[in-house]
Amino acid sequence: MAAAAPARARVTLSRPGVLFAAIGLAGLALPLVQFRANRIVAGEGASLPGALGGWGWIAAAALAAALLVGVPARTPARLRLALALGGVLVTVAALGASAGALTPPGDRIARVSPSAGFWLLGLAFALAVADALARIGLAFRQRWALLAGAVAVVALVLGSGLLDDVSVMREYQARRDVFAREAGRHLLLAFGSLGAALAVGLPLGIAIHQVPRLRAGVLGGLNIVQTIPSLALFGIMIPLFGWVAATVPGAAAAGVAGIGAFPALVALFLYSLLPVVSNMVVGLSAVPHGARDAAVGLGMTRAQVLAQVMIPLTLPVVLAAVRIVLVQNIGLAVIAGLIGGGGFGSFVFQGLNQTAMDLVLLGTLPTIALALVSGIALDLLVAQLDGRRGRGT
Amino acid sequence: MIEIEHLTRRYGDRTVVRDVSLTVGRGQIAALVGTSGSGKTTLLRMINRLVQPTAGRVLIDGTDTATVPAHLLRRRIGYAIQGHGLFPHRTVAQNIATVPRLLGWDAARIRARVDELLDLFQLPPVEFRDRLPHQLSGGQQQRVGVSRALAARPDLLLMDEPFGALDPVIRASAQADLRRIQRELGTTLVIVTHDIDEAMALGDRIGVMDQGLLLQYAPPRAILTDPATPFVARLIGTDQRPFHLLSLSRVADLATPGTADGPPVAPDASLRDALALCLWSGRGALPVQGGGVVTLEALRRAARPGGAGADP
Repeated sequence: MAAAAPARARVTLSRPGVLFAAIGLAGLALPLVQFRANRIVAGEGASLPGALGGWGWIAAAALAAALLVGVPARTPARLRLALALGGVLVTVAALGASAGALTPPGDRIARVSPSAGFWLLGLAFALAVADALARIGLAFRQRWALLAGAVAVVALVLGSGLLDDVSVMREYQARRDVFAREAGRHLLLAFGSLGAALAVGLPLGIAIHQVPRLRAGVLGGLNIVQTIPSLALFGIMIPLFGWVAATVPGAAAAGVAGIGAFPALVALFLYSLLPVVSNMVVGLSAVPHGARDAAVGLGMTRAQVLAQVMIPLTLPVVLAAVRIVLVQNIGLAVIAGLIGGGGFGSFVFQGLNQTAMDLVLLGTLPTIALALVSGIALDLLVAQLDGRRGRGT
Repeated sequence: MIEIEHLTRRYGDRTVVRDVSLTVGRGQIAALVGTSGSGKTTLLRMINRLVQPTAGRVLIDGTDTATVPAHLLRRRIGYAIQGHGLFPHRTVAQNIATVPRLLGWDAARIRARVDELLDLFQLPPVEFRDRLPHQLSGGQQQRVGVSRALAARPDLLLMDEPFGALDPVIRASAQADLRRIQRELGTTLVIVTHDIDEAMALGDRIGVMDQGLLLQYAPPRAILTDPATPFVARLIGTDQRPFHLLSLSRVADLATPGTADGPPVAPDASLRDALALCLWSGRGALPVQGGGVVTLEALRRAARPGGAGADP
């Protein structure tokens, strides 16, 4: 027993640490980037040392060391966080440097794109960052600062030209002006449909709460809408609004059309309604009975009870709905590209048609980034509101 | 003054309150007591029209309440409920300011009133004004709930089991506070409780309800010595009767000239406390602060129906 104890203490491992190290080391073993003579042809992989030589060996060794330091359970969380953040930066820098090194000078046709190794390394360090943050348990202000800092660093890296030789950035440079327009369109689709869903859904939720007979019908109907696959719903819109635009006077002039942004907005709006309405109903029925009884008993009118007590108390639940809808719509808005609705989806579908994965990535990566930032920001807001009102205490 | 005349409430063919009439004088406390489902809460809620009467009417200072819009009526009537019913998203000050704000008081007047009430309930304003309800203890929440009910100086205060969620020690001091504040402000008070001790401690008159009927409406002493029905007698509990009776009178009412040994008893202590002190210290008489004695013999007589304390 006495002999076994120190041995056991020595081998205490952090299970997440082992997992992240396994993923990351697999990433180091696989090619970091893929080199292709042009956009279409099949490429060949290059590992970190293969692309960067001596510096590559050093970078690979540093990344491996960072991964292995996280394996013992007693590694402090703050060190884990620092190493993981450093790992993300080194991985991204290695991608940019490899692309620069592999691309022949002046060649605008060759493509160097991230490969399995890059994605696995990125995944390992991103998971390690999330794990370390969960262990540290930062205060709200620090979490907001971290989110803002992360966004700023990404902007800085993209603006610095470090990644300019990477394929996705090559695609971006070729479509700089279109990209800004499609980004604006994507935001319009996601936030516009959210705004419309809130404008309609919140009053609808209040109405259902006041008139319980409506509940089954409305929520049932919205549930059915929710089960229609997105591709099918976008498809239904084409003939439907095409017909409306053709037959209803003034409709076409007002922007109604079978294809384009309008049907996309309508479809996203329909998908958004169920979470908004049902969360509003749940939030209203969760208002403490005593608070409601007191509000009426103290002489508030029906409208005052709603505005001063019921609706403020549903705010956290409504914000949770906003979070669900926003993240859902940022993702779903990609499909709008298929029916000419614009947004990042237009890059995705162009890329799919041309079998140009880099172009697909140009549409996908900003979509993911947008969804991540919105999701995290709204999670923080909800948690802050809940904390202030002492839920769960 | 509030006059309840032949008040009835039916839900379908179930009659919850059946032809109840009673009057509460200005500045008096009426305690409605009964088992759950007896109709006492429904009766209370018909006074501020949270429940519409099926038949009968309520007059407050001679005005039929049905002639006033319900929300305006309620702003003139204080309302405090079990579990306080505070608004969880509003601070203590905002909660208390609810009715003054509805009445359109200006900010300075509201602020002064909030601080005055917090002082009255021994919650230092500087410390408590900006707290949220979840940052208070149960007893503090309850006091804020009563402060809120009193904020706009209502002449009438309705309370539905206001102390139901409190533990016994805090409940006793909350009852004493309420009694003190009610005397100070001269508020008319109707309180619903299922606790006969609470009704005895607070009520100038006690209304006993069962199955929608008001069985008896009388001063506590009459309820004890002359229960109108076997149900009323059962509700009081025969074993506690002498002690309830003693708790209704004060030592000063029973003091006689004379001297006795040992530590004295306060003149405003209840006879029940005096009896307890006699039994515990083994004395046959207690000196009263400020002169006189109270004897065990006199206490014994006072504990019987028609005893010395019958007509204070």
